[in-house]
Amino acid sequence: MSAVGKTFPAVTYAVGREKIREYARAVGETDPLYLDVDAARAAGYADVVAPPMFAVVYSGPSIWPAIMDPDVGIDFAHMVHGAQEFRWGAPVVAGDEITTEAQVIDVSERAGLGFFVFETRSVNQDGAEVCTGTWTNIVRGSS
Amino acid sequence: MSHKPGDQLPEVRVTPDKYLTVRYAGASGDFNPIHIDEEFAKSVGLPGRILHGLWSMAQVARAQTEAAGRPEALRRLSVQFRGMGLPEREVVVRSTVESVQDGVAHVKALAEQDGNLIIRRGEADLVLEEGGS
Repeated sequence: MSAVGKTFPAVTYAVGREKIREYARAVGETDPLYLDVDAARAAGYADVVAPPMFAVVYSGPSIWPAIMDPDVGIDFAHMVHGAQEFRWGAPVVAGDEITTEAQVIDVSERAGLGFFVFETRSVNQDGAEVCTGTWTNIVRGSS
Repeated sequence: MSHKPGDQLPEVRVTPDKYLTVRYAGASGDFNPIHIDEEFAKSVGLPGRILHGLWSMAQVARAQTEAAGRPEALRRLSVQFRGMGLPEREVVVRSTVESVQDGVAHVKALAEQDGNLIIRRGEADLVLEEGGS
């Protein structure tokens, strides 16, 4: 009955210039590469660059349905985000289309805590890997 | 910026304002009401609206990329979330280079607020520029 191994439909996210700027400002980034098209182009990028943690934004439409999937069975009222890892590859810039696929990689219980671990793999429109995410959600007092 | 074992990277200090969680919710797409609705947060036993863990992780990421001077230096970041961050209180990110191997600096990092860890066991891999340090 375990959901381990379950994959979810790939979702493609179109990276917008103003979305990158909105995200960069919300997290306090000031590097012109994220905010200024001319600065990004002068540095050799096609458009403004997404901060690494923008992975949260383009992975979101893929990971949220996985976390909320009834087969996975997370009790949201008692869920906390326990840990997170990202590994980055090719840079992401405005105009890219990023396709992300999510998978359940572990469901386990330790010391009365439920651990639900997901992996997202994101590639750009050229097929280059841009980010792999490992998302660990913990459910307290589930048993 | 030097990256030698034992080096401390520059701290990031940031005080999220009262409405930061609302802006971050919009920017990130995470509208969980524990981050944006004071009454809801209190109804589930929290002291009030809490910071998004991934916003705090973004501060740890920013400490790494600012120290390296370029976003592409950051190849990996892993963190554990602990406790809870609150708006209108300073968040401090501290980072220490643990080792350097084959041009990659392995950095240990944490984030704290009022002396409480909100991110622990942060581990970052930073690719150092050729010819640089």
